[in-house]
Amino acid sequence: MELYNRTIQELGNMLASRQVSSVELLQAVLDRITAVEGTVQAYLTLDAEGARHQAENADRLLAKGEGGMLCGIPLSLKDVLCTKGLRTTCGSKILEPFVPPYNATVVEKIKDAGAVILGKVSMDEFAMGSSNENCAFSVPRNPWRTDCVCGGSSGGSAASVAAGEAVASIGSDTGGSIRQPASHCGVVGLKPTYGRVSRYGLVAYASSLDQLGPITRNVADNALLLQVMAGHDQRDSTSVDRPVPHYGSAVESGVKGLRLGLPKEYFAKGLAPEVEAAVRQAIEVLRGAGAEIVTVSLPHTEYCVAAYYIIASAEASSNLARFDGVRYGHRAQEGDTLQAMYSATRSQGFGDEVKRRIIIGTYALSSGYYDAYYKKASQVRSLIIDDYQQAFATCDVLVSAVAPTPAWRLGEMVDDPLSMYLSDILTISTNLAGLPGMSVPCGFSSTGLPIGLQLQGAHFQEERLFAVARVVERELGLDLSQPAGLTGLGGGR
Amino acid sequence: MQITPDQVRYVAALARLDLSETEVAAMSGQLDRILGYVAKLNELDTSGVTATTHALNIHNAFREDAVAESLPQAVALANGPRHNEAAFVVPKVI
Repeated sequence: MELYNRTIQELGNMLASRQVSSVELLQAVLDRITAVEGTVQAYLTLDAEGARHQAENADRLLAKGEGGMLCGIPLSLKDVLCTKGLRTTCGSKILEPFVPPYNATVVEKIKDAGAVILGKVSMDEFAMGSSNENCAFSVPRNPWRTDCVCGGSSGGSAASVAAGEAVASIGSDTGGSIRQPASHCGVVGLKPTYGRVSRYGLVAYASSLDQLGPITRNVADNALLLQVMAGHDQRDSTSVDRPVPHYGSAVESGVKGLRLGLPKEYFAKGLAPEVEAAVRQAIEVLRGAGAEIVTVSLPHTEYCVAAYYIIASAEASSNLARFDGVRYGHRAQEGDTLQAMYSATRSQGFGDEVKRRIIIGTYALSSGYYDAYYKKASQVRSLIIDDYQQAFATCDVLVSAVAPTPAWRLGEMVDDPLSMYLSDILTISTNLAGLPGMSVPCGFSSTGLPIGLQLQGAHFQEERLFAVARVVERELGLDLSQPAGLTGLGGGR
Repeated sequence: MQITPDQVRYVAALARLDLSETEVAAMSGQLDRILGYVAKLNELDTSGVTATTHALNIHNAFREDAVAESLPQAVALANGPRHNEAAFVVPKVI
């Protein structure tokens, strides 16, 4: 095991006992980045200099026996989080020059806990996409097979962790954007309950759905990083004022006596046989560990993609109105009037998928169409929430695949937006209902691509997800430390 | 359903987007397919169903109306593509 592919927990112990310094650990990760980044292309902005200062500070604290839960640990951040003095692009040309004057709350929290921020990683533009191919600057490769997508929209986060270019990362999830790339890259990703983590300083895509969450190498690290991130924030009026449990205590609590529900609609046609086989194997492992397995129904599942793309696009069309070339970001040189300047700026700054969703959203909210689209979708959202309430009356956690297929080849779906949208069918409902959802690796495809198991829980039941995920991780014992696509690239120490 | 190029142009204007003719043509076809798919929602009878706009049952979130530190003017202006010492500068409005 190299330094760069160890867990937060292992490295935390090594740092605390001074077996390694934060500066040495940082150097190991930077060496790894030098070795593999040409292939992976996860980073949009690498801040080696800033990271070195942070690591030196961490070493000073560690030498005194001080420092928070993440002291000296190098992390990457999805480029959707505002970082004071560090460029934040959202993967968009319209924000290419933007240097935020403040930190997002979660950035403050991880800095207070001693984390070393390596830089900002790639994402689909404004978090709109399922393959990370919509980024205006770089498209990360799947570390397991570099001709395949890494998933999206938090693709840079998942790829950087899988590739050993960061010990952990923070992503955002509006319709599966943490869980799906985590599944495709063989790492652990959690979308917490809506309101569990402050979104102050997260550039908004669809405000009733967006949530930030941890992407890590294992379940214990995920619980640890959520511990640092979670909690009420007066600056985010949707964050929930509710005590944060000690997540680490839940990780090893096992599944004895838990009832796990298999939503029958999630095992329908379209689920690749090898994905289903890996998921079913994990379910047998959970049964063997003492869980009771029941079948449940989420009858409105087939409507979730349609409802989601109306609601998310409508909210996006409103949220993205702020990018007008006045206060930040790109401004077109053309345009003698204010209106002309707005239109020229936005047309130059936004990519195709963002324009598409702004137009769908504007259409759905426009006079005469509101009831037919937005109101209808919001009503169907209520039906989807009712489905979950009934399911959670008979089980504790829902178990399924994260995505119907393993990662696909780069370029395979770029001209077919609807097919790409439909690939999100297993993750979208979680956001519509504001539930916590998690992806934990449960196997590989015949071509060596990771497959993830999805766990969904009732509101604020993250502890149960950690417990179930940990049993899967422990019993399957998959070795995910050396992605096959990077064999021989090294950088190790 | 038929999404015409004119409808795409109208909505693009509402959204302050200038689309090229190629973009309008591509977008009309794609929107037609996407909205055709979304029409699936009409299979469901939702009469009497309350619309959900927020997944958690949160009520108004109030805090003390206390003055806190805010960004200095120069910092708040710094990202503006064009600004002077006091304000963002935009093309003539009137």
